[in-house]
Amino acid sequence: MGLVTLSVVSIIIFSSMELLPGDFGQAVLGQAATEETVAAFRRELGLDQSAVMRYGQWISAALQGDLGTSFSGRNASGVDRSREVIDLVVPRLRNTLFLASVAALIAVPLALILGITTALFRNSIYDRSVNIGTLTTISFPEFFVAYILILFLSSLYPVFPSLANVDSDTQFSERFYRTALPALTLTLVIVAHMMRMTRAAIINLLASPYIQMARLSGATPTEVIIKHALPNAWAPIATVIAFNLAYLVVGVVVVEVVFVYPGIGQLMVDAVSSRDIPVVQACALIFAMTYILLNLLADIIGIVTNPRLLHPK
Amino acid sequence: MKDKFINLQTHKLMVGSIDRRKFMMSVLATGLTVPAALSLAKRAEAATPKSGGLFRMGIAHGSTTDTLDSATSENHFTLVNGYTFGNNLTEVNNDGQLIGELAESYESSDGQTWVFNLRQGVEFHNGKTMTSEDVLASFNHHMGEDSTSAAKGLLTAVKSIKADGKNKVVFELDSPNADFPFIVSDYHISIRPAGDMASGIGTGGYIVQSFEPGVKSVLKRNPNYWKEGRGHFDEVELISIIDPTARQTALMNGDIDAMDRVDLKTINLFKRNPNVNIMDITGTAHYTFPMRLNVDPFGDYDLRMALKHSIKRQELVDKVLLGYGSIGNDHPISTANRYHNSDMQQREFDADKAAFHYKKSGHSGKIQLSASDAAFAGAVDAAQLIANSASEAGIDIEVVREPKDGYWSNVWNNDAKGWCACYWGGRPTEDWMFSAAYTNDTEWNDTSWKGTDGSKRFNQLVKEARAELNDDKRRELYYECQTLISDDGGSIVPLFNSYVSANSNAIAMEENVAANWDSDGAKCVERWWLA
Repeated sequence: MGLVTLSVVSIIIFSSMELLPGDFGQAVLGQAATEETVAAFRRELGLDQSAVMRYGQWISAALQGDLGTSFSGRNASGVDRSREVIDLVVPRLRNTLFLASVAALIAVPLALILGITTALFRNSIYDRSVNIGTLTTISFPEFFVAYILILFLSSLYPVFPSLANVDSDTQFSERFYRTALPALTLTLVIVAHMMRMTRAAIINLLASPYIQMARLSGATPTEVIIKHALPNAWAPIATVIAFNLAYLVVGVVVVEVVFVYPGIGQLMVDAVSSRDIPVVQACALIFAMTYILLNLLADIIGIVTNPRLLHPK
Repeated sequence: MKDKFINLQTHKLMVGSIDRRKFMMSVLATGLTVPAALSLAKRAEAATPKSGGLFRMGIAHGSTTDTLDSATSENHFTLVNGYTFGNNLTEVNNDGQLIGELAESYESSDGQTWVFNLRQGVEFHNGKTMTSEDVLASFNHHMGEDSTSAAKGLLTAVKSIKADGKNKVVFELDSPNADFPFIVSDYHISIRPAGDMASGIGTGGYIVQSFEPGVKSVLKRNPNYWKEGRGHFDEVELISIIDPTARQTALMNGDIDAMDRVDLKTINLFKRNPNVNIMDITGTAHYTFPMRLNVDPFGDYDLRMALKHSIKRQELVDKVLLGYGSIGNDHPISTANRYHNSDMQQREFDADKAAFHYKKSGHSGKIQLSASDAAFAGAVDAAQLIANSASEAGIDIEVVREPKDGYWSNVWNNDAKGWCACYWGGRPTEDWMFSAAYTNDTEWNDTSWKGTDGSKRFNQLVKEARAELNDDKRRELYYECQTLISDDGGSIVPLFNSYVSANSNAIAMEENVAANWDSDGAKCVERWWLA
């Protein structure tokens, strides 16, 4: 099923590339673009062939792990220093995954704990204030949250650096320290969704007869939630967590720009503006794969925690 | 006499040949009061370079395709990085003068044969001593059929290069060129060890530690740097920060020490930060509005004159560049160039003159001006302002807003459009600028200024000036060239935009800052120090 989705997505990616306005040759050659140089350029890159042919070539190469060569790096003077797409994407992807994991390590446990405790003490002052707090942070655009954090944590009280420019030589502890602010920003942005979903899923179950039964048998409220309600709530929670983790990988370009973090989102935006089609396609494919894989994982968790789903009625 | 003496003493204090006490004694003897003498001493001491520290610079460029091979250098990041770890035969110093760098001296008797005497005992970062062999290899890297260097065009006039012993290189050109020593200071033509043009080994003040294209470059001081009084920082990080807000935030928070390209929209708020110094340097970059002489009605001299007189230049500087620029005089030579014609009268808005020439041209009806922000930020606004001021002289200009995509192929330098907005990065020498956009043999002659008497005279003068070694005569020739472009040419050059950069208070530099490139001639890393 995942594979079918992926191939459909690859067609969508490819055809939307075709719909992009403008021409790569002209975007690269700039002031030096004459009709002949643009035509020669298109020929060199194989852009003069039909779309179906190019799709076939691209997808068969991609299946063998070859994402092609970047278009950019060929400038007006004819210097060819274009790099393999894979060399461009891999270090950026590693950075993005690092940031996503740091953010997830903070956000997921935090969201679960907040979700469970608010379900436990629902309608208390604690519940209300957690809800208000998380909903406030999710309501602001992420760049605003980012600048507020910079203002407080690096301008007024210089605790963390406002530049998160890591490179491959950066030590792990240094890397962790530098990514603190972007990770915190992302945490604030995603925690509300997961926490509210956890809370809702658990509260939803608390009305079921088997929970009543558990209560009558003398279980404490904590036991009821952890032992009886939570196992049945995993499926919806996992779906939401998967959705947010995918967002951490594919949707953080704004945060990357604000903190100058060399992630894959920035690479893709730069590639779009320079019409660097192979890089855009590779990034889009990776993003699609992330979504599909994480959703698959969420489905598997749902099934594992609820064996009934394996036996359709 | 007194000033001269004080200057001498100040200099002695700066270089450390006398101490503060001796300085005070000697300048007080000239009749200066104690507070005045103290402040002089303080100024002199602040101007004394100190060694050490980490310098981090945020640069608005940098791309994943950057390399350490100077032949591919094309943006400000690779430019600054290249000048930091490498040297050229010559350099433009911070006073704007051309001086020898790896060449101790250079000479030519006819402008056609140039002899460069190399500095002896200079070592590359890998320990190899620099000789004529390396210079030959470095130049051949940019020449020949197969070369893909961006500097290939600069060196097409070189017929042959020969080594004369280990420390002398002789260039034979196919026609005389007085600017040749200037050309070899170009950032592409960095001297690298023979056989290794790409790995970032140079003779510069800093050694490359790591380089990640589009992200950053880390360097450390070269303990054996041959150049005296340069290269003060211990460690250097050049960081590519393309987003202007992020760059400015980083400077305000002390995450970087210097940056290029301040965002003019927020500069007034940015300036209020007590840690931030703004630097505003007039360079060679300029905005133009080229009229094509081969397209009606711009072939008419009077019509061109009418339009040239109907522009409020200072208003454009104030509104489009928010004051960070200077007005132009319809020719591309800036005050940062060596032979800027300062005698020529500045052309101002003059409704009467404009109306007079317009009437004489006999033209009537709308004149179309094509503009898009692809030409430069604010080009459409600038065109509107021109249309407004021209209407005061009774000239009807219709601003046509063009799409950004394909602007450089469909609008600029295209006979379909007679008049449009354009941007030029400027060139370090007059000859180079003229040959790029104004002589009759260049493809980029965007005004199609070819057949007129003025243009014929201009082309002849440019050739003459190229071969002229006498400085005064050259100046005369270039002055006339500028007058010709300004009067007869098709380009309206209303403004030069400044390099606006910023640095923290911790950074100190000499009084004169180079204007040939942004960031102190792109050599800030070796010229600046931590105060």
